[in-house]
Amino acid sequence: MSELLKNTIRFILFILVQVFILFKMPPLHRFVTPYLYYLYILWLPFSLSRASLTFIGFFYGLCLDYFTKTPGLHAAACTLIAYARPFVISILISQEGADKNYVAPSIVSMGWAPYATYVIVLTLLHHTYLVLLEWMNFGSFMYFLGKVVASTAISLLLILLTELLFFRKQKFRTNTI
Amino acid sequence: MRNVFLFIRRHFNFLFFLVLQIIALSFLFRFNKFHEAAFLNVSTEITGRVNERYNNIEYYFQLKKTNESLVQENLRLRQQLKENYEAPDSIRRLIHDTIRVDSNSVIKYMILEAKVVSNTTSQQANYLTIHRGFAQGVRPNMGVTGPQGIVGSVVNVSKNFATVQSMLHYQFRVVAKLKHSNETGTIEWDGQSPLYVTLKNIPRSVRVEKGDTVLTTQVSSLFPANLMVGTVSEIVPDNTSNFYTLKVRPATNFGNIEYVYVIDNLQYDEQRMLEDSTRKKIQ
Repeated sequence: MSELLKNTIRFILFILVQVFILFKMPPLHRFVTPYLYYLYILWLPFSLSRASLTFIGFFYGLCLDYFTKTPGLHAAACTLIAYARPFVISILISQEGADKNYVAPSIVSMGWAPYATYVIVLTLLHHTYLVLLEWMNFGSFMYFLGKVVASTAISLLLILLTELLFFRKQKFRTNTI
Repeated sequence: MRNVFLFIRRHFNFLFFLVLQIIALSFLFRFNKFHEAAFLNVSTEITGRVNERYNNIEYYFQLKKTNESLVQENLRLRQQLKENYEAPDSIRRLIHDTIRVDSNSVIKYMILEAKVVSNTTSQQANYLTIHRGFAQGVRPNMGVTGPQGIVGSVVNVSKNFATVQSMLHYQFRVVAKLKHSNETGTIEWDGQSPLYVTLKNIPRSVRVEKGDTVLTTQVSSLFPANLMVGTVSEIVPDNTSNFYTLKVRPATNFGNIEYVYVIDNLQYDEQRMLEDSTRKKIQ
């Protein structure tokens, strides 16, 4: 399957899962909102340019926003993590040229520890920004802190489950093209 | 000039990021004020279709609950039938005029039924999407009620779908009264639990008890009087204020709404126009 087709299917699936399963669930607590949809942005290929990555983030967030009737909320957070992604990857990538030899960030291409750091950093960034925007027109400081921490924890758990269930095999490509 | 272009080219990624952020934030903050944003009418139509597909499946699993709540409502309406009331005295008989629309009175509220195709309770800003739009006569600022109690108000309309701001939305306000004392206050939601809303501005001089019924009043232009809102479940003591803060349990169970009624106040525009012109005259 080509990368484009694969990512298009993921795009639709992630939005549907977020809207029709995770947002439909009765909330455990008002702090705990499970987010999984932004994993799509973390899984995008290495080869995308910075500008197109930012634009995909914006468009993807906006699509979700039209389902939740909050235009701009998720779009702003997704743009931020899509823009920050290349910086985080360039710091964390362990071996020289791994971003040329593999297609996308994963446990295989980056290694356990760097990949986990990558996910945690971007998750925290996404949640902090998202809840900050919510907090601006609503709620108290405790609400802000509690929601960031609780939502990050539940999201990381969901991501771990997704990574284990849908293990992405990646071929090593030599750079003799 | 050349330097400007060089600067733009050099920092293109960052500037592009900034532009997208500004667009997103302007959508967000403009939307919160006016309940409208770019393409929302068009997108409601599209997301409405997707939601409808999903709802067709979900609806099937909720048939039993829907049926129960409709039976309950039927029961309540049946109890109000004329035949249930019997006048005790045969000489001076009490006659009920069941035809309300005579030549002297004007109909004020029209009711449309609508199916709910999407509904959330887990956000801080919860909305429902219903399968009725301006083609069927739904306009913004109409009240929406369910079989058990009030649900929210219409904020946005496309051709076949409408977005309803749920009572569980931090910006939703409606005037309500205590059935017991007719004292009016405002219903708000503090965003904490979808099971409770707050009733504010009831003076402490009024006697309130747990379990008191909260109803709508004719003061609110959205709803006719005496529709069920909920029951008082907790009286929060606050000695610093002269008003009660009452926790109210909504009569509507927001988890399983399938059908709602949209209430069209036919005199809304007239009332609003009069009030606006009065405000202008005073200024």
